[in-house]
This record gives sequence, C-alpha cells and structure tokens, in this order.
Amino acid sequence: MSAEAKAAYYRNVRMIPFDLVKELALATGGVLIVVMILAAVFSSPDVPAVTIANWAAADPVDFVTTATSELAGSSTSADYGPPYNNNAGSVQTLWFLKPQSWAGVHTPVDPANQFVLQPLQQAAIGDPALTAALSTFLGASSDQRAAWLDAYSTSLADAQANNGQVTVAAGDYGPAPVLMNSLVALARSGGLDGLLLASNQFFATDYTGSLLFMGDGGYLEGLANEQKLTGNQWGMMHETGRYPGQAWLWLYTLGYQVPPFNEERGFLGINSGNADLAITVTMGALTLLLVLVPFVPGLRDIPRWIPIHRLIWRRYYAEKGVGPRADDGTA
Amino acid sequence: MSRSQAAVPAGGGWTGAFRRQIARRLPLEELLPTNQPAYVHSWVYLFGAITIAALIWVVASGVVLAFFGPQWWHHSSVGRFFNSIHFWGVQVFFIFMVLHLWTQFWAAGWRDGRGLTWVIGVVTFLASVVAGFTGYISQQNFAAQWIAVNAKDAVNATGMGALFNPLNFGQAYGIHVMLLPASIVVLVAAHIVMVRMKGIVRPIDAPTPGVADASPSNEMAS
Amino acid sequence: MDSPAPYFHWGFILLSVPNLVVTGLMLALFGAALIVPFPGGRGSKSKSRKQ
Repeated sequence: MSAEAKAAYYRNVRMIPFDLVKELALATGGVLIVVMILAAVFSSPDVPAVTIANWAAADPVDFVTTATSELAGSSTSADYGPPYNNNAGSVQTLWFLKPQSWAGVHTPVDPANQFVLQPLQQAAIGDPALTAALSTFLGASSDQRAAWLDAYSTSLADAQANNGQVTVAAGDYGPAPVLMNSLVALARSGGLDGLLLASNQFFATDYTGSLLFMGDGGYLEGLANEQKLTGNQWGMMHETGRYPGQAWLWLYTLGYQVPPFNEERGFLGINSGNADLAITVTMGALTLLLVLVPFVPGLRDIPRWIPIHRLIWRRYYAEKGVGPRADDGTA
Repeated sequence: MSRSQAAVPAGGGWTGAFRRQIARRLPLEELLPTNQPAYVHSWVYLFGAITIAALIWVVASGVVLAFFGPQWWHHSSVGRFFNSIHFWGVQVFFIFMVLHLWTQFWAAGWRDGRGLTWVIGVVTFLASVVAGFTGYISQQNFAAQWIAVNAKDAVNATGMGALFNPLNFGQAYGIHVMLLPASIVVLVAAHIVMVRMKGIVRPIDAPTPGVADASPSNEMAS
Repeated sequence: MDSPAPYFHWGFILLSVPNLVVTGLMLALFGAALIVPFPGGRGSKSKSRKQ
C-alpha cells in the first residue's frame, strides 16, 4: 500500500494528536518498573540441576537397575530408535507418517558402551577386581551375558542398599554385581558425570549421554512428579516452586490429558504410544488455522458474530450511528 | 497529502529507485506520525506497545546474562536479579502478546488488506514460543534437565531430532541467544512497518473510504 | 517461593495456582481494557484529514 492509498483510507476520518514515541517511552518505563518490582520481590525459579552423583547417592538401587537395563539393551534409550540408534522401542508413527524413521540416526548413542562399559574401563585402571570382572563379562558369549543380566535385574526388584553398595539375593549373576557396584562408586565420586560429558574430549557442551541415562531412571522423574512437572500432570505448563510456568502451552499440554492421546487403545490410530507425534500434528494443524484466520471463511467471521468490537469502538459507533449493515452509515 | 520530504528525483540507479519506493510507501511522517484516527480510543490499543516494551527488557536482560555467562545467574545475586528480570519480562511479554492477539482477533484486525500483518504477528508468536522453549532448556538447572528430557520425545517423534537435539546445551543456547532474538526482532520490525504502512484498521461496519455507496468495510461474509 | 505450588484439581484438570492467577489477570486486564473509559474528549484539533 502506498502512502497515497493510506491517505485515501483515512479520508474523512477524524484525526487526533498522538505521541507515538512518548507512548512507547512510557510503556518501556512502566514495564521496567513492574518487572523490577516482580524480580525484587519474587526472584526467579532456579532449582539446582541433579547430577548422576546425586542419583547414585539418593537411590543406588534405581541407579543400578537402570544401569543394568542399559547394559542389557532393554532401557528406553538403548531401545529408542532414531535419532539415537536403529531400534524401534520409541519410534512413533501416525497413519502414513513416519518422520522419526525417515529422519534417521543423527545422534548416535550406544548406552551399553557409553554409559557402562567405557566408564568402567576407565575406572578399572589400577583396580584388579574390576579389571577381572570386565574381562569375564567381555569374554562371555552374548547369550551368557544376557542370562546374567536378566537374572540380576530380576533380583534387583528386592535389592537392598547398604553404604552405597547394592546387595541382592544369592544367584548366578556372573560379574554383574561387581560391575554395577563399581559403577555406583564411580557415579558417587562424580566421575560418571565427568566421563559422560567429556568422554575422549576436553571441551563439552552436549549433555545427551548424561540426560538420557538419568531420564531412563526413576530418580529424575520422581523429583519432577513431586513438582507436578510430568507429562500427564499438565507438567508442560508448570514451573518449579510457586512461579508461573509456560501458560501459553495450555492447549499443547491439554492434548496429553485427554483421549485418545492418553489411552493405550485410543482410536483413529492415535494412542498414548504415538501421542507426541499425534499431538504435534494436531497442534500444527490448529496453528496453521490460526495463521490463516484472515483467509478462512467462518473463522474470520467470528468477530462479527460475537461483537466484542462494539466495546472497543463504542464511542465511534455512538458518534457515527453506525450499526451492523447500516445502510446510512456514511461518515 | 503533505510531505516534509522533497520528492525523490528520477534516476539515481538502484539506490534512487529504492529510495523512491520507500518515499512512496512509508515516508517518515507515516512511520512516525503525530496523529492517529479518533477511533483509536480504547485501552486495548496499548497491548501491542506494552508487548514491545517487554521485549526490549527481555532482550536487554538477556544481553547482560549472555555477557556474564551461564554460571553467573546461579552464583551471583546480581546475576540472579537479572535472571529474574529476564524471567518476569518473559511472563509480561507473553501476557501482553496474547492480549494483543485477542484484541486483534475480536477487532478482526486483518481486514482491508491487513492479512499479512496478522500472519506476521502469529509467526512472531510461534517464534517466541520456540525462543521460550530454548531459553528454558538453557537455564542449566533442574527444570532445564527435565524439560529437555521430556521435550526430546516430541522433537524426535516429528523427525526434528535429526536437526535439533534438546539435550545439547550448546546448540539450544546458541539458538536462544542469537538466532531466535534476531528473528523475532526482524519479525516485530516487519509487523510494525506493515501497521504503519497500512494505518490502523477502521472499525467493523465503518463505511469503506472512497466508495460511492459507502458500503461497510469488510472481508467477512455478510 | 521455592516450596511446591498449590494446585487446582478438578476432574482431569490440574493447574497450578500461579498459572491460574496469570490467566485470571489476563482475563481481568482484557475485560477492564474493554470497559474502562479511555481518557480524552473529541480534541480541540479534530478535523477531517485534508488531502
């Protein structure tokens, strides 16, 4: 639109003085004052991050249970699928859509080696018992390893924690208990946090290994559950403590609370197993509608059907005598 | 119409042509007007300006946080204060952006050729949501850990995991402090330029200017 | 402020009170902005925009 067209648009419109820069200056000053008062009075949420060391100290049985599943390849991360590996445990599809599979592996993660065996190999330096246990494990057949880990993980259901060591009922677990208790000790020392972040390199900003490992366990989730931050607690909208959260995500998180997205069975091919994909597709469609409101008949007429605008422009309507479909509504 | 600028003479190559376009579409007195239509007479018209004001303080506090680095806001009380300004600035930003969206929806602000202005506005909202998300996972605290661990499943399920890894702090932080603020500022600038170029939309049912039968302005079904 | 927030729980709805406060504030602000009279009369310089 050119300036002439804009002038034509404003023809016969009564204009009043207006100070744009002053309005923006007042708004900027006003918001600064409000925000500074809120910051001074309420501060901001900053619950410290949880470390693997914290986890191993607080719940060694959960730690060992998770580490065993990583080694056995049965953890969520080990079985996940793209972008971490080529398994299928967490691959989501919806009708003909398989974007997760199509995207492929781009962040390769090998939990058994990355989270368990490689750190233990580091820790084994100068530790004959651990060296021997590792050697036994790595020298065994995959069937033998699976048998040991399976038996051990079953026994962990009744495990006890004593002085940071995890003890289970007697059974044939091979080197698994030695490996796992060494891993607990390594974790409690903080060594596992360091190794998972900076394995084979000095500089690091990628926490994929540490976060996948912690996410597979129950400790992080337990803490989140206490603060009502989990997915089916409307967690996406919530914040730690008494702070407001991301309230603008209300519709997105609502999806996770209602059928079919929260049901195992669901319908129309949508269920809790592919809820992330299904909700994102649904929200994407709704978002597209929001973007295109001006061009969608019906949607763009809602303001006319529900005339809240009569309040916004009530003085104009009173002065002009303009109403819906007024035939004499000349300015 | 009155103009304080002299008309741009013909010629001058690409530069001259560019200047003539700007002078034609958005001369300075249209970009910074000193009057406005009398029908702009409601408190709802302030929501957009307050949103911009909030964005200014979100960016300013963000610049300070970025300058002193990610450990500062945990260990220093001044750092924590700036973190709080950033946090509450974001709350105010979203509150007033949504109020501005509600206003424009109920006023059907897209009428009379302003559809693109609406589109840019909603895209800005979406960019802001993504900026908020990358900010939340850049905090380096418990909330950041939990949000990243959960969000990764939605990101991965849509195939976006090939491009963006929420568990990668370096990636999220870089996108948050540089790419998204730049994008949002550009989008907001485009939005404001559109508003200034087209002027403030007339009230619903106001007569269409320059039309002999003075039918109500519309792009809506009667 | 770091102690857990109170929650509003009704059926499947589970919302933190701080979020409800924000939402209530937004609705109140919107309603007030629509209803509260805007200052300024017709203005002494009002005239139709000349071409």
